[in-house]
Amino acid sequence: MMTIVAHDTLVWFAKTFGLIYLVVLSVVVLCYAFWPSKQKEFDDASASILKKEDRPWQ
Amino acid sequence: MLSKLTKGEREGGLIILLAMTVIGLVIAIAGRGDPISAHGFLIMLFSMAVAVPVMRHLFDPEPSRDRLDSYYDDPSKVGVVLTFAWGAFAMFVGDWVAWLLVEPNLTFSGAWSSFGRLRPVHTTGVIFGFGGNGLIATSFYVMQRTCRARLPDQLSPWFVLIGYNLFCLLAVSGYMLGITQSKEYAEPEWYADLWLVVVWIVYFVLYLRTLSRRQEPHIYVANWYYMAFIVVVAMLHIVNNLAVPVSLFGAKSHSLFAGVQDALTEWWYGHNAVAFFLTSGFLGMMYYYLPVRAGRPIFSYRMSIISFWGITFMYMWVGSHHLHYTALPQWVQTLGMTFSLVLLVPSWGSAANALLTLNGAWHKVRDDATLRFMMVAAVFYGLTTFEGSFMAIRSVNSLSHYTDWTVGHVHAGALGWVAMITFGALYASIPWLWKRERMYSPALVELHFWLALAGTAVYVFAMWNSGIIQGLMWRTYTENGNLAYTFIDSLVAMKPYYIARAIGGLLFLLGALAGCLNLFLTIRLAPGEAEAERAGSGPAYGRPSAAALQAGE
Repeated sequence: MMTIVAHDTLVWFAKTFGLIYLVVLSVVVLCYAFWPSKQKEFDDASASILKKEDRPWQ
Repeated sequence: MLSKLTKGEREGGLIILLAMTVIGLVIAIAGRGDPISAHGFLIMLFSMAVAVPVMRHLFDPEPSRDRLDSYYDDPSKVGVVLTFAWGAFAMFVGDWVAWLLVEPNLTFSGAWSSFGRLRPVHTTGVIFGFGGNGLIATSFYVMQRTCRARLPDQLSPWFVLIGYNLFCLLAVSGYMLGITQSKEYAEPEWYADLWLVVVWIVYFVLYLRTLSRRQEPHIYVANWYYMAFIVVVAMLHIVNNLAVPVSLFGAKSHSLFAGVQDALTEWWYGHNAVAFFLTSGFLGMMYYYLPVRAGRPIFSYRMSIISFWGITFMYMWVGSHHLHYTALPQWVQTLGMTFSLVLLVPSWGSAANALLTLNGAWHKVRDDATLRFMMVAAVFYGLTTFEGSFMAIRSVNSLSHYTDWTVGHVHAGALGWVAMITFGALYASIPWLWKRERMYSPALVELHFWLALAGTAVYVFAMWNSGIIQGLMWRTYTENGNLAYTFIDSLVAMKPYYIARAIGGLLFLLGALAGCLNLFLTIRLAPGEAEAERAGSGPAYGRPSAAALQAGE
């Protein structure tokens, strides 16, 4: 039977790329979440849902 | 309600419904002799039943442009009613099968009422019928408020809601007819699956179009969770349901996968259905309704972002913990176990975020059963995710797997977390949607809360006991190396716990019925906006402030 991708190749890919993917994504997310200048945007966002105005802006 | 649709939307809707009626008729005729024929008739009758009121309002005048000044909430209202209806139906079936395990004769002689068919009716009914409608109804509500943008059109939300309920009907009626592809939580056959793909794509596009109409640059985090729910469920549903139908007009199909690949695909789907259907969407609910109801912003917006990416990334890999000690390669099992443990961090991040938000509002939790529903949901979310990570450890799993402990774990999540947060969100939305001051009876909400909490506690404790006893009996050996107990011995030992579980489920069902009654009374009898205005007490929420401004000009 013809194998399109060998099991070993797939395992190698999962074990290398998977690790890089995990670490890089974690770093990017942490940087985004803790970027100091983002503080105001996040504060505004969390307060935005508490406005009593119940109609669309347009 | 239908007069609010524009002429074009009414005509478009009617064309879709007529096309579906024809398709239903074709399936019914071409599929005769096969169970799919019954579904052809169901599609036809369903489409015709929806088409009749549309036709009656077809020539109504165009709606006024005033409608664009407020959010489009009609689909949310119908969605809320459907959520309660599916909840009552599916929880009833759930309690029925619970009693069936106590007394196997509590059934009818027909095959449709056998345990094997009723059990998926219960699971599909609660997960997709109750949970799915709750998610759709609240997502329409939340996306409009957080974007401060009206839904871009009035037809596609109806298509999503009604189309989704057709899928649920096809699924549940199919099981009773004996139509199933035998994949847990993905039982519906290929044609129902294809229909859901169409509905889901419209849902996704609708969400994106609403987001694109927002004014604020930042998208509030609840929308991220709802979006993850929509995107990932589409992905899971399509891959896991890849199958080849035996014939174009027959219900039966064969999965594209076989053996251990099939098992892993199924549990990749199955556990991510827990993650993205039963967690992500409901976290979206929590991140909107809990802060709004408590009147306090979320404790840490940053933590909600980190939790979001943690959950989104890590849940993807944990499905293999369902397949410990199987033919699945050991490293894949270990991967699933490890990620399950790491997952505790973002899960507890969200649970802690919710509870810390309530700091300073605990007096409201004491007085307001609606907020208390959400608080208890957050506690159960924390407990269940801890338990889940623990059960994913291979050696723990060797005790817990195949026992009632799993059932208890699932219900701690489904009753304690999913249903509680849904009821909290619905009790918050209902007065806001129908422009009422409050629910008709706060006492009934209070009653519902205590019945739900008592039912969950009784259920979960019964299943912990029964599951651990079961697991221990199955692995106890005599000194000769034989099994000490037969399977029947363990079954007999389960009986008291099965009775307790069925009573717990009954309490939970009674609570849901109290909710249905309260919903009915609120829609029918609670003081509306006009009466409240006359009495000088405006609705607590929902009055557009611009109107007040105009009065002063």
